[in-house]
Amino acid sequence: MTIHRDDLADKFGMWLFIFTELLLFGMLFVVYAVYRSMHPEAFRIAGEELDVALGTINTVILLISSATVAMSITAIQKGDKKRCLQLLSITLLIAVIFMVNKYFEWGAKFEYGFYPGSDALAELGHGTILFFGLYFFMTGIHALHILIGIGLFIYVMLQVKKNKIHQTDYIWLENTGLYWHLVDLIWIFLFPLFYLIH
Amino acid sequence: MSEEKTHMVPYSTQIAALLALLVLTGLSVAITQLEFGGYNTLAAMLLAGAKAVIVLAWYMHLKYEKQLFPVMVAAVFVIFLLVLFVTFFDYSYR
Repeated sequence: MTIHRDDLADKFGMWLFIFTELLLFGMLFVVYAVYRSMHPEAFRIAGEELDVALGTINTVILLISSATVAMSITAIQKGDKKRCLQLLSITLLIAVIFMVNKYFEWGAKFEYGFYPGSDALAELGHGTILFFGLYFFMTGIHALHILIGIGLFIYVMLQVKKNKIHQTDYIWLENTGLYWHLVDLIWIFLFPLFYLIH
Repeated sequence: MSEEKTHMVPYSTQIAALLALLVLTGLSVAITQLEFGGYNTLAAMLLAGAKAVIVLAWYMHLKYEKQLFPVMVAAVFVIFLLVLFVTFFDYSYR
């Protein structure tokens, strides 16, 4: 007897989850749009406080990690387990580097006295408080997704190693890839809206 | 076993997509130095939109999936735009 499998349904379920995520972040972008339209000048000045170089580095490495996870799926389809694991290791490493960068970035803000509810922010007025509130909340939820991604990649790599994920059964890898691309997709919009305000 | 034959995206396509994404990222950083008289945000969003399309079509395989998938993604985007519109309509006329 063969175990029933329905990869299309698995993928469909993953996409439904992705839609809830898109709407979660989408509504936060709506909040951002309203507050920015109310405080355009404060948002512009506050945006200049963010580290463009660090933001750009994180954007670039996250895009590279999206490419490596997409390529790992091609590798498993070809039955190339070694290449697949190599590509997933690079992805995992990049996810960790992203979090390290985030640590330094947030750390610098905290040192400066900028954190949710801080006195330094309270003195700077409504617009600045709203900007940094959204900055910490949105990049924070995004970073939480990166952490979950790290856990998923470790799990998937172990499954590949144990041949539980292989050439003809790799839906776990494919859905993890979809999740990771979603995390990348959200960052694609977070980056210009927070770091590149003109 | 699922009877669907899955599509294999060659490495070269994925590298090409990555290069396009990196070029668009470079562009969006570069245009912050320029003055477009208020159109900077629009330009940044158009570039981000182009990047999103590349990720969705090639990395998330929407280009190769059944048509239902891209249609659903488009529907979610329309819902987002509607909420954005209604929210601004509310804020502009209260």
